Amino acid sequence: MAGRVLTYEEKNTWIHRLSGVTKLVFFLLWSITSMLSYDTRVLIVMFVLSLVILRASQTKWKQVGGVFQFILIFLIINILAIFLFSPDQGTTIYGTRTVLCHIAGPYDLTLEQLFYEANIILKYLTVVPAVFMFIVTTNPSELAASLNKIGVSYDICYSIAIALRYIPDVQDDYHKIRNAQEARGIEMSKKASLTERIKSTSAILFPLIFSSMDRIDVVSNAMQLRGFGKTKKRTWYSAKKPERNDYLVLGFIILFSAIALIITFHDGNRFYNPFQ
Amino acid sequence: MKKFGIKEVVAAGIGTALFVALTQVQIPVGFIPNTALQPRAALLAFLAAIFGPVVGGIVGLLGHALGDALFYGSVWWSWVFPDALFGILVGLFATKFAIKEGGFDAKKVVLFNVVQIVANALAWILLAPVLDILIYAEPSNKVFTQGVTAFIANIIIVAILGSLIGIAYSQIGAKSSSLSKED
Amino acid sequence: MLDPIIEFQDFSFKYRAQQEPTLKQISLTIRQGEKVLIVGPSGSGKSTLAHCINGLIPFAFPGEITGTYRICGQDPQKLGIFGLNKLVGTVLQDTDGQFIGLTVAEDIAFALENDCVPQEEMIAGVREVAGQVAVEKLLHHAPGELSGGQKQRVSMAGVMVDDVEIFLFDEPLANLDPATGKRAIDLIDQIQKKRNATVVIIEHRLEDALYRDVDRIILFGEGEILADMTPDELLSTDLLLTNGIREPLYLAAIRHAGASVAPQDHPQHVEQMNLAPYIEPVKEWFCHVTLPPKKEAGEEQLRIEDLSYAYDHDINVLQHINFALHRGEMVSLVGKNGAGKSTLARLICGFMMPDHGRILFHEEDMAKLSVKERGDRVGYVMQNPNQMISKAMIYDEVALGLTVRGVPEEEIKERVYETLKICGLYPFRNWPISALSYGQKKRVTIASILVLKPEIMILDEATAGQDYHHYTEIMEFLRRINRELGITILLITHDMHLMLEYTDRAIVIADGEMLTDSTPADVLTREEIAGKAYLKKTSLYDLALACGIEEPAEFVNRFIYYEREHREN
Repeated sequence: MAGRVLTYEEKNTWIHRLSGVTKLVFFLLWSITSMLSYDTRVLIVMFVLSLVILRASQTKWKQVGGVFQFILIFLIINILAIFLFSPDQGTTIYGTRTVLCHIAGPYDLTLEQLFYEANIILKYLTVVPAVFMFIVTTNPSELAASLNKIGVSYDICYSIAIALRYIPDVQDDYHKIRNAQEARGIEMSKKASLTERIKSTSAILFPLIFSSMDRIDVVSNAMQLRGFGKTKKRTWYSAKKPERNDYLVLGFIILFSAIALIITFHDGNRFYNPFQ
Repeated sequence: MKKFGIKEVVAAGIGTALFVALTQVQIPVGFIPNTALQPRAALLAFLAAIFGPVVGGIVGLLGHALGDALFYGSVWWSWVFPDALFGILVGLFATKFAIKEGGFDAKKVVLFNVVQIVANALAWILLAPVLDILIYAEPSNKVFTQGVTAFIANIIIVAILGSLIGIAYSQIGAKSSSLSKED
Repeated sequence: MLDPIIEFQDFSFKYRAQQEPTLKQISLTIRQGEKVLIVGPSGSGKSTLAHCINGLIPFAFPGEITGTYRICGQDPQKLGIFGLNKLVGTVLQDTDGQFIGLTVAEDIAFALENDCVPQEEMIAGVREVAGQVAVEKLLHHAPGELSGGQKQRVSMAGVMVDDVEIFLFDEPLANLDPATGKRAIDLIDQIQKKRNATVVIIEHRLEDALYRDVDRIILFGEGEILADMTPDELLSTDLLLTNGIREPLYLAAIRHAGASVAPQDHPQHVEQMNLAPYIEPVKEWFCHVTLPPKKEAGEEQLRIEDLSYAYDHDINVLQHINFALHRGEMVSLVGKNGAGKSTLARLICGFMMPDHGRILFHEEDMAKLSVKERGDRVGYVMQNPNQMISKAMIYDEVALGLTVRGVPEEEIKERVYETLKICGLYPFRNWPISALSYGQKKRVTIASILVLKPEIMILDEATAGQDYHHYTEIMEFLRRINRELGITILLITHDMHLMLEYTDRAIVIADGEMLTDSTPADVLTREEIAGKAYLKKTSLYDLALACGIEEPAEFVNRFIYYEREHREN
């Protein structure tokens, strides 16, 4: 279980030293660009760049390998589903139909479909390294602080901090409760009927949710006792001042996204079409 | 509408933590491959119904995005926003449900379910497919099939688990004065 | 006389949802620099008083206040909760709930952050108080990497950083092992002396709380103050006994010996007490009590053979554990927090798999069995009943395990009713669980396991955080199950009283290794074992030595036997 989840790891690279907000903005703009663009040239450049970034952040395979395998499986299922539902989506987009071979019934394998689906794979693969980079190099403490610095209300920033603080505790509770219920004979067996499965889930969920509701009361009292919400502003112990590199990275990502989107949309179409 | 005070700050935080922890808890439907009921949808409906639209929106948005990022290494924004929308819509009716005050009776359970069905429809049949098309240019028949499947799965799990959690929690808050021991 | 810092005059408080006031006409004055211990059974109003002092009442728990009260000469209602925060620092019982920051340093800085203190000042301030409570090496650790005692020290630092005048500790010992609890009391004492602060400690573990001097003890009962005396005075009365507070064991022994304690002998600490007048009666009583012959051990049920476990095959949590459980035994599994006790229980239940060694149930290797199949043989009860209960009604909760096993309806009804009768819950069978007290909920969770008829039950911290009355209620109930149904019980605990009073054998684990498997009296009178396992040798041992009794373990055994006999009659 533990090995499958991405977690922050302290290292001393220039990417780790960037402010959390810089990395968040980078990650968001990067995702938006990759979501909007279907321009293969842009996507290839982004893919190569994201590998460079991942390398620069000294991220090791064992930190992300488990999760990456899952993404691959998901990706394969998704592109197969697209093919099953709409084998000629590529033709609809690119306007030509180059049949490579006939498969069965209405299903032909076309060059356009292959190209279209290859673009989808590229889109996924450009985002994944950015997520990896963001999660494994961003110190959660500093993230809340820096979000507040750029104008997000501190209430919301603190919600985020609390979420990150309590995820391990809640996961631990979940496993403890599930174990104890399993020992009583409540199993998530595949053979059981759907209602049975919902019932056994509720046997774990109810105690988990209700004890968490108690915890909400305890934590909010504890916060009130220590002056949370007293004034309109608050300072942050782990705040970090933006440095030269932060401005450089922000400048780069804004410029890069703008150029990438201009290249993508200059002909009024988000697709790069090698067929015409 | 409920205000966003300390309790809501904490509820949004711990609610998000719960939502994230439940990311991988799924109930396979069995007869349709690769589809699963997501108990976390019931959790989201419950939290929104108690703490209001801001908490609902934050838990949906942050919980889904963080859960995706931590467990799956990517964020499917086209599915993140529908969860946020769902949380906000259900949360708008929070004061009407009166779950905490112990008044979650049959009438309110029906209202809760009407709200959740409409909210789920807007989130999964409308918003999710549209985003999928806009962002990924995926074939519309595929994304609508996915959207409708998610819609059905979510209304089922929220109708059953969501209502049950609400009722049970309402009972905890209620005063039990008319109890007597039996021999 | 110093200035009064906390003053209550004819003060009453009624929670909004309740009919009766929880505090009734309280008059109380605590002066600057005093150290006061507040004791009383659950529901006596002592926590409510604490909430009035720190402002949770009326700002978070609304209700009706009559009479007057002042904190540092000011009206709390006007100060508001944030004004009170500056004067009163509260350390809550639930250290996980109080630990809000993502790391130790951030948590300590939390109050400063809310006061908009500049970052450099915060860093300096945090470093200073972290040093005072010895967590300066842990500043960048997450709460998950800390022990309970460390978390508590972080909580203390978190209020110290604010320069408060009054420290309020709400049951600081509830979740700590004895040795860590002792350190906590010592640390509170140091803080108070260094800062000349006022300290109010709410705790029902009187003997442990008195490890360092207090000026006064205030005894609460049913919303009123029953006593407000120096420890020496109060310990010489029978007020504690009659109000459900466990008196220190050495004083109980003196009383059993027929002597009555006098204030001038300073009974607050066994080491400093003038024991001269009590030696003869105690000795005589010791010779007088005779133990019954030892019970024959039943057949062997469970055997642990050379069990080892390591996280990530890396850090050893348990190494070479060997022991056996026999039918009808009541055994305690003790050791400091994080020693590996819970891991051992999880291995037995099959929640985790050992790296090495075997667990045999009637000579059958359990490795092949599923968690559910093991559950039929060895039942497991979690510490917090709220984390086990998933049904609204008592009947359904107890029936759950049978329902999922597909037992016929008729048989379920019969077995559930039978179990509810054994557990004293039959009159409540149609009640919602939410109407029950904590102790009753605990019994529901025990009933829900008992109904499956396991041969062995493992209970994790069955009585943690309970007052003497509820502790006795839960433990007497377990004892009855043990005796009448012949169920073998393994108790994971760090409560030394529990281990002494209720178990025949103690398995002691420290740092993943088994230190000993012996009688509780033996464990608690052997200094080297008590030290290594973070236990605390019992004060009965000191009493026995001071009275010149040469077999202190035997003295402890006789004391326990005598107490049991008397409780039953």
